[in-house]
Amino acid sequence: MYRYDQYDQAIVDARVAEFKDQVARRLRGEITEDQFKPLRLMNGLYLQLHAYMLRVAIPYGTLSGTQMRMLAHIARKYDRDYGHFTTRQNIQYNWIKLEQFADLLDDLSKVEMHAFQTSGNCIRNISSDQFAGAAADEVADPRPYAELLRQWSTLHPEFSFLPRKFKIAVIASDTDRAAIQLHDIGLQLRRNDAGELGFRVYVGGGMGRTPVIGSVVRDWIPVGQFLSYSEAILRVYNRHGRRDNIYKARIKILVNELGVEEFTAQVEAEWAELAPLGLDAPQAEYDRIIAQFAPPAFDLAAPDTLDLSDPDFAVWVKQNVHAHKAPGYAIATISLKPKRGIPGDASSAQMDAVADLAEKYAHDEIRVTHSQNLVLAHVKKADLYALWQGLDAVGLATPNLDLVSDIIACPGMDYCTLANARSIPIAQKIAAKFEDLETQRDIGELKIKVSGCINGCGHHHAGHIGILGVDKKGEEAYQLLLGGSGAEDTTLAKILGPGFDEDGIVVAVEKLIGFYRGARSGPQERFLDTYRRLGPAPFKEAVYG
Amino acid sequence: MPRLLTGNRLETGDVLWWTGRDWSPLIRDAVAIGDEGDALIASLVAAERINDPALIDVTGTPGNWLPTTTRERVRASGPSVRADLARGSLSTDVI
Repeated sequence: MYRYDQYDQAIVDARVAEFKDQVARRLRGEITEDQFKPLRLMNGLYLQLHAYMLRVAIPYGTLSGTQMRMLAHIARKYDRDYGHFTTRQNIQYNWIKLEQFADLLDDLSKVEMHAFQTSGNCIRNISSDQFAGAAADEVADPRPYAELLRQWSTLHPEFSFLPRKFKIAVIASDTDRAAIQLHDIGLQLRRNDAGELGFRVYVGGGMGRTPVIGSVVRDWIPVGQFLSYSEAILRVYNRHGRRDNIYKARIKILVNELGVEEFTAQVEAEWAELAPLGLDAPQAEYDRIIAQFAPPAFDLAAPDTLDLSDPDFAVWVKQNVHAHKAPGYAIATISLKPKRGIPGDASSAQMDAVADLAEKYAHDEIRVTHSQNLVLAHVKKADLYALWQGLDAVGLATPNLDLVSDIIACPGMDYCTLANARSIPIAQKIAAKFEDLETQRDIGELKIKVSGCINGCGHHHAGHIGILGVDKKGEEAYQLLLGGSGAEDTTLAKILGPGFDEDGIVVAVEKLIGFYRGARSGPQERFLDTYRRLGPAPFKEAVYG
Repeated sequence: MPRLLTGNRLETGDVLWWTGRDWSPLIRDAVAIGDEGDALIASLVAAERINDPALIDVTGTPGNWLPTTTRERVRASGPSVRADLARGSLSTDVI
């Protein structure tokens, strides 16, 4: 894992000191809320329905046991004993007090964490593959490059006031576990025939009000030049991105208005100017950062077998455990979608337990996934049973990864000022309808994603079944979308028909799933595949007919 | 339709209602606001201690107010999915 050097820590300490002063001036009445609001947003502090909400950055979703334990401490001391892991691999706290904020920032900075650039029109937290460094199908660990992007984008003076927020994701395998084609920039690390590393560069993807799948603007940029190429993309966007209309300010709109060819030509022209200027990191810096992501010292003698005689453990292994690149090891996903739970929420006790288990069994590394779950990426197969028992003891052994109850849901109108409708109760009601695990396993992979407003934090456009909360004369209503995917076969879900009320949307999902189970070609055909094979018409008939 | 004045306390972010003399975290303590609403908001904005002051529509009677929109009912009661965090003057059941 990357550890701060003196420069990283100095930057955080200086920024924390600056914001603490701004908070103190606001509390003394020396600056107005209009003056303070953009400052607090640049530091991840929102005012939501019930209180201030703080979003803490977890770069590329990776953190240590010590950091997770600090997140638990923050929940206990400054919030109401829980936190909410987000679709951007961050964590949010819902009940923060401004008058305690200075102490909170000090606590976070002690473990190399902060909250800046988790809001505002800047480059947000870089996201990545939760299986990075452990997946057998990756060409290299993508996180050193995500870390370089983090350092490059942190307080970047030219890109701190972009037309709109900007999101970058980095992966290193053909399997996309980070939805890169739905990012402002998506970077896929690849290896050519000569064994060299380079990136395929997608630009202009995104969800929200205007969902767009990103376009490839360059099929290959050598890995040593990807920072200057990213700078060129940001420069073109910063120069021409619209600032007159917030709904047309994202880079996807600029790419669409210019056309991919013209946008790419402008980026290439900009890059031709930038590339010779020495903006890219020197090889020594690449080497320094890559060294910090060196794989742990795997036990080459670790047994590669697993005792599955406990049937409950066997189910968890089958559903939540993935193959690891090292023999004798496995990747374990911790579901944050327990029965009757709130997607992505974890109590301070659960966070402490995960920290303990990560230190004991997983080389002190934890990952947050964009699906609002946690991952322990390096677990000896011989330790999996003890890990599972430890997770089960704190309610974290739900074996439902990628099943119908593993639902992404934004905080929705239970917390968020932007929301038009609640998301969490919809996720809970749908999950409750399919509570029986055998039924869930029979249905198979099914990704349901719920957003409480058009901004799409719940990724409804990437859901096999997407649900979008809308306002209908002050009351909640829900649109139903089908056919989305955030994986390597990215597609955008489309609205199926008229919307529903809270109970109606749950019934509609039941009808969809009932139809799918009867129409699929076999047990291996996923809901999404059946939809793609048959098209929307029979699904529409099943719901509205 | 009666209207109540609400906002969030600067120091804590807590949801508050105007009682006629002060602020309360309980909607049951609120008083209906008449034509003085806009002037009240203007004075609050100037004082800068209450964030996002707004007038909201409610039904009911003093001590038994119910906001007309789901959003304001959630603000008044607390998250519908965490009844243990409800504010006490309005059950999350009304959401």
